Amino acid sequence: MTSIVSLPIVIPLATAAGMLLVRRNILLQRVIGVVGSAALLAAAIKLLYVCYTEGIQVLQLGTWPAPFGISLVCDVFSGIMLVLAGIMSLTTSLYAVADIERRRTAFGFYSLLHILMMGICGAFLTGDLFNLYVWFEVMLIASFVLIALGGEKPQMEGAIKYVALNLIASMILVAAVGLVYGLTGSLNMADVAVHLRDVRQEGVVLGIAILFMAAFGIKAAVFPVFFWLPASYHTPPAAISAVFAGLLTKVGVYALIRTFTLIFTENPQLTHAALVVIAAATMLSGVLGAAVQMDFRRVLSFHIISQIGYMVLGLALFTPLAIAGAVFYILHHIIVKANLFFVSGVVHRLRGTYDLKKLGGLYATHVWLGVLFMIPAMSLAGIPPLSGFWAKLAIIRSGLEIEAYWVVGVALFVGLLTLYSMTKIWAEAFWKEPASPGPIGYASTSGLGWMVVPIVLLAAITVAIGLGAEPAFEVATKAGQELVNPQIYIDAVLGGRQ
Amino acid sequence: MKSIILSSATRLLMPLMLLFSLFAFFRGHNEPGGGFIGGLIAASAFSLYAVAEGVEQARRVLRIDPRTLLGIGLLVGLISGLPSVFKSKAFMTGVWMEQTIPGLGKAGTPLLFDLGVFLVVVGFVLTVVFSLAES
Repeated sequence: MTSIVSLPIVIPLATAAGMLLVRRNILLQRVIGVVGSAALLAAAIKLLYVCYTEGIQVLQLGTWPAPFGISLVCDVFSGIMLVLAGIMSLTTSLYAVADIERRRTAFGFYSLLHILMMGICGAFLTGDLFNLYVWFEVMLIASFVLIALGGEKPQMEGAIKYVALNLIASMILVAAVGLVYGLTGSLNMADVAVHLRDVRQEGVVLGIAILFMAAFGIKAAVFPVFFWLPASYHTPPAAISAVFAGLLTKVGVYALIRTFTLIFTENPQLTHAALVVIAAATMLSGVLGAAVQMDFRRVLSFHIISQIGYMVLGLALFTPLAIAGAVFYILHHIIVKANLFFVSGVVHRLRGTYDLKKLGGLYATHVWLGVLFMIPAMSLAGIPPLSGFWAKLAIIRSGLEIEAYWVVGVALFVGLLTLYSMTKIWAEAFWKEPASPGPIGYASTSGLGWMVVPIVLLAAITVAIGLGAEPAFEVATKAGQELVNPQIYIDAVLGGRQ
Repeated sequence: MKSIILSSATRLLMPLMLLFSLFAFFRGHNEPGGGFIGGLIAASAFSLYAVAEGVEQARRVLRIDPRTLLGIGLLVGLISGLPSVFKSKAFMTGVWMEQTIPGLGKAGTPLLFDLGVFLVVVGFVLTVVFSLAES
């Protein structure tokens, strides 16, 4: 029964469409939003379980056989990403009950969130290059509206930068997809991978690979095309920036890993060597950018970039352990980063500002919040036994194994600076004497419970991954094995038709 | 400003355009046409009415909020993929009726999917046109 593969797309679509019918009922929207997310998470977990125990699941939509129709393919990597999308959808829906006010909810926050989820899940599942482009567009359109939703002035400024750069990336992507079709006559990723082996024009293939790298690189916010991210991610409400920070850039990383393990593997001494340099520059520029910021969410935004560097590094080193490390890193990072944005939202709720200079003294008044900040912050910096330590360990060890010492040095240095940034937020927001005793802007504690529950949930997952790193890493290793042996994927999709 | 020429012309054109949109919709079953273009024609009929008589009046004539149409359309499209699942075939596989309908030919889930597209296009275009005209 492979129709289960389509569920992560069908459930958010049904949720979003259903909510358009009950636009005026805010309460019902919130209930459907949470229930739909829970259903998505349940389907994703089931799908991951099936993939892990029975191997890659393939659904040929409309019974059109590959490579002629569109295949939905779920391997362990996709399964992990879907579960993460489900977790993010559920926690954001809960958090948004308190964080997204009636005006934005009435405008359709929840249906947009679920359309966004549909796009993300579609991108994780599709086995077709053009279809991947379409899912990226679905995702982008929903995110354009979400980032501008509410129409505050800084939001508009952020939205314009975000839209402009992402449209350029989409243009490059569709051009690259067109070139692939011209070269191989196919869009099915597995089929393209088979055909590209026979293509003699190495230069053309390399050019296309660079185009894909550029398109997904912009979407993943790697060096030197990351500027749109810190310019836009801190403008919308915390719930929206958390889901963006957690998931959106990681879809770009997912697409990078998918295409550069499955399709463009012929020339690693060029493509993957370039990725090593990009990864190192991304890590450094992100963390150095964060060091000078004094806005809670801007610090976090720059850290997304530096963390993306680690994931790309895992792909670039291109050994089974490194790829597994990259998968584990994504798994750890989505949960931790979204959680930090959630915490920043609570801080804003309590004190009315994101400005670290004006904040202070939160540890004295809200000890529990300090603890809830410390867990993801220390995990992000890579302090054992939290999840970030194991993620960094895997990447760094695989770097040592292939004797890429300089990039390992960069990774360790960036880890140290990450700790510096997290300590800075801790010292400024929680530890130091506040400049003024009362809240600075609008502050309210109503519905705070809705915001704390997702934070506790995500913190618990972070601790669980950290303490139970063994089973989590086993799943990541399985995903890594499938990724370094693309023939498994190709056989699953094309079957005997090769 | 109300124009009597546009107003009278619209009264004549709108039914024709709506009929034509249905024609394009059903023709698309086997020939050029279909839910997308049919939906666009229907939406332009209502847009023309909105230009001639005002958005308020156009909303009243449409009866349903365009955003509701959008939601219904998405659901209809989704539902069209389900019958195949119950026949344990892949999601979105076409399922066809045994008998032919006179003047139409064989009907099946693709027609239902097309209807969903029709509604989504009408709903989306009118949402945009109405809110632009009102602002």
